[in-house]
Amino acid sequence: MSAAPVLPKLVGERVKRREDPRLVQGHGTYVDDVKIFGLRHAAFKRSDVAHGRIRSIDTGAAEAMDGVEAVFTGTQIAEFLDPMPIGTPFPSPEHRAVATDVVRYVGEPVAVVVAADRYTARDAADAIVVDYETRPAVVNPEVAMTGHPTVIHADFDNNLAVPLVPSGTGVSPDGKTVDDSVVDKAFADADVVVSQRMVNQRLAPTAMEPRGVVAHYERGKGTMTVWSSTQNPHILRTFVAKLNGMGEDEVRAIAPEVGGGFGAKINIYGEEYVVSALSKRLGLPLKWTEDRSEAFLATIHGRDIIGYVDIAATRAGKVLGLKLRLIADVGAYNMLLTAAIPTLTMLMANATYDIPAIRTTLTEVFTNKTPTDAYRGAGRPEATYFVERGMDMLARRLDMDPAELRRRNFIPADRFPYKTQMGAVYDSGDYAKALDRALGNAGWQELQRERDAARAEGRLVGLGLAMYVEVCGLGPSASLPTGGWEHSQVTVERDGRISATTGASPHGQGNETTFAQMLADQFGVPFEHVRIHHGDTGVVKQGIGTFGSRSQAVGGTALHLAGAKVREKMAKFAAALLEAHEEDLVFEDGRISVQGSPDTGKSFAEVAAYAYVPVPLPAGLSPGLSEEAFFEPANNTYPFGCHISMVEIDRDTGELALLRLVAVDDAGNLINPLIVEGQIHGGLAQGIGQAMIEEVRYGGDGQPLTGSFMDYAIPRAADLPRFELDATVTPTPVNPLGAKGVGEAGTLGSTPCIVSAAVDALSGFGVTHVDMMLRPEKLWQIIHGGQA
Amino acid sequence: MAQVSITVNGRRRTAEVEPRLLLVHFLREHLDLTGTHVGCDTSQCGACTVLVDGRSAKSCTIFAVQADGSEVTTIEGLAKGDDLHPLQDGFWEEHGLQCGYCTPGMIMSSVNLLEDNPSPTEAQIREGLDGNFCRCTGYQHIVNAVQNAAARRSS
Repeated sequence: MSAAPVLPKLVGERVKRREDPRLVQGHGTYVDDVKIFGLRHAAFKRSDVAHGRIRSIDTGAAEAMDGVEAVFTGTQIAEFLDPMPIGTPFPSPEHRAVATDVVRYVGEPVAVVVAADRYTARDAADAIVVDYETRPAVVNPEVAMTGHPTVIHADFDNNLAVPLVPSGTGVSPDGKTVDDSVVDKAFADADVVVSQRMVNQRLAPTAMEPRGVVAHYERGKGTMTVWSSTQNPHILRTFVAKLNGMGEDEVRAIAPEVGGGFGAKINIYGEEYVVSALSKRLGLPLKWTEDRSEAFLATIHGRDIIGYVDIAATRAGKVLGLKLRLIADVGAYNMLLTAAIPTLTMLMANATYDIPAIRTTLTEVFTNKTPTDAYRGAGRPEATYFVERGMDMLARRLDMDPAELRRRNFIPADRFPYKTQMGAVYDSGDYAKALDRALGNAGWQELQRERDAARAEGRLVGLGLAMYVEVCGLGPSASLPTGGWEHSQVTVERDGRISATTGASPHGQGNETTFAQMLADQFGVPFEHVRIHHGDTGVVKQGIGTFGSRSQAVGGTALHLAGAKVREKMAKFAAALLEAHEEDLVFEDGRISVQGSPDTGKSFAEVAAYAYVPVPLPAGLSPGLSEEAFFEPANNTYPFGCHISMVEIDRDTGELALLRLVAVDDAGNLINPLIVEGQIHGGLAQGIGQAMIEEVRYGGDGQPLTGSFMDYAIPRAADLPRFELDATVTPTPVNPLGAKGVGEAGTLGSTPCIVSAAVDALSGFGVTHVDMMLRPEKLWQIIHGGQA
Repeated sequence: MAQVSITVNGRRRTAEVEPRLLLVHFLREHLDLTGTHVGCDTSQCGACTVLVDGRSAKSCTIFAVQADGSEVTTIEGLAKGDDLHPLQDGFWEEHGLQCGYCTPGMIMSSVNLLEDNPSPTEAQIREGLDGNFCRCTGYQHIVNAVQNAAARRSS
């Protein structure tokens, strides 16, 4: 009889994080903590006009300061640094890391200072005098697309970054022929059509750690090391090497502790190119640290899409057709993925519904604002918001329970994999199950009674419900210009400890813990004996990075596959030692033994030692226990869920309080539910922030009005209720773990469910839609009869 | 230049500094105590929170010269050897952090919070951490962490 295993299985358990002891003691090393002998500091002079031609730049006062080593204008930088590359196939205007001639948004760099210390660098940047011939600025995309009052890039008529792109039913795969007949018929046959223009407003990602970069070019070796607060050091390495005329073998990129990213640190920014190029040119280690005011101007923004939504339905609540016309304000330039993000909004227009006819169109427009790009959810929260708000309006028009309307239109659970009108293939799903669970957990009918009772007392209480499905686990290489795979190498060391690398470079996701849980189970060894290395291209041979909720689904799978290869080889060594068949062996409790007779086995460390000094070497084996794997998923994953909220609006102040938020999320199989909950909490907070208090705003002259945390609100602890989470589990067939990804989920359902709850609360005032953010002034004016 | 003498984590540190040098930069760049972070430049985010004479303070809002003669405790000074402070344990136990950047400031503010109110309600914890931003956690696990620490302290 074999005894029960001593080591518990860890996958699926709420394991405390491996990362935390160093972080709670202040022992983490973030990029601004990196110090190198001889380190100099860079500071950027940035445009304070939204649109203008640089007449002259006077750097004399700056250069004369004690401690200033060098000052470079954009024109000087352009002599040795090519324009910034992008990562999408769309046509793109030239974008210099430091402007040479025309500036197009407030915050665009115009010069850079290199100085002995941080304070001197800033003083010198402030002492640079730039004379601009200002031009009219445009900040409203629907105005910009008329070509007036200004054209931002000469080759882009009417400021169209991407002219109208149609997608959906009746559009040929190459997009060249468009047949509207099916969509037109759906709308002609409808009993009811709801239509609404909605704004998914511009947001600032605001990771708590601003960006930063340290570059160290070593002249003697001809190599460069770049530390950056990035989500994807391997992609950074590729681009930094390219722009510096170096080989990828000559550049090492390191993402040390990264203090949050939320998509904004996917990008390769001008500062990374300039600091690395100047380090190479000057032969000095150089650091730049973004301050928060800079971050509001110079780090990408998210969202900023207008959606014109039309939904056609029968009186019984069956949706016949959907039209979604999108106008995306991409700001002044295309960054790495800018142009691609709104295409994800089109891709997800089908939402969780079996809609037979869909027409989406997308137009992307340049304005004199900070460029947009991926921000948590990146295109999918926008799709969810537009469709779910539309469904809520339809439910209200039909006087139907919003849950019942959803149920009548769901893609049924037995129709997966399901190809949508938009061309996506949803991997797996059971939407009714998530809805039912959420309704049950919230006590939906009881809540409706509570709401009605509160209303009878004159209180403005409302309920909102939203479904979501998102596209995660990005993705096959066909969908990502960087490649859509992930890489891992797993090594059983000579002493039986396990080292593994992952290309999924975390910034708070806890991969050191979840991946160690997986390997501990796979090898039957203690969790403490497994270490995960990441974030350093000198250690991690290959990788893509962490975004699009891909760490577990893609990176975790690569780790699992590499682990399986090592385990298979180790079993062969053990079989030789034990004179047993490898298929009879079990890895358990730090031993490898024949199934059913643990006493006959060898310790894990003994087998490891044998593999490295293999005397005799078993036939067909090479020494060592180290294997790598690339994993390329065949498809994306499509996690889903249902969010329900209850809000109350103060009649006297217009202030909205979120009373309850009930979420049921289905991310497939979960490795560590504690970490998953943390991910969902954080996503919810960002979605709630968008719904209630966050908005990047500009004056008509292009001057930012939200340039610090004094003006841009992010949620504080007291703004949020205690979230009520639950999960359904519908594994994906796309990877062997059955994991779908969960990093962005919280941002999807939360915005529409809160806005719908607010509309419900205000329904007595004839309101059918309110654009985000739901600031008190706006709600107060609705309540008191003013214009919203 | 001005001379300052500040006792940091129990050790007296004397230096010549620019009068405009922020306390946070004194800690980070002169003393290499990089556990205290800078998350904004307007005193909103609280990532730079330390204890000055036992009270939580945003070290980006104090000049080093203003702290002359004070006793400063940073996140590095909280644990007693290998024994984590109850709040450090609480944050670890309850998954009160993700990227970890706000964490030192969040913990230092929580130290002050529990000094003032050893058994706060959830609402009091949320109000008490009003000066500290976290963008990762949605605060729920932070609240749990402070509750966990409060329970440890009282047991």
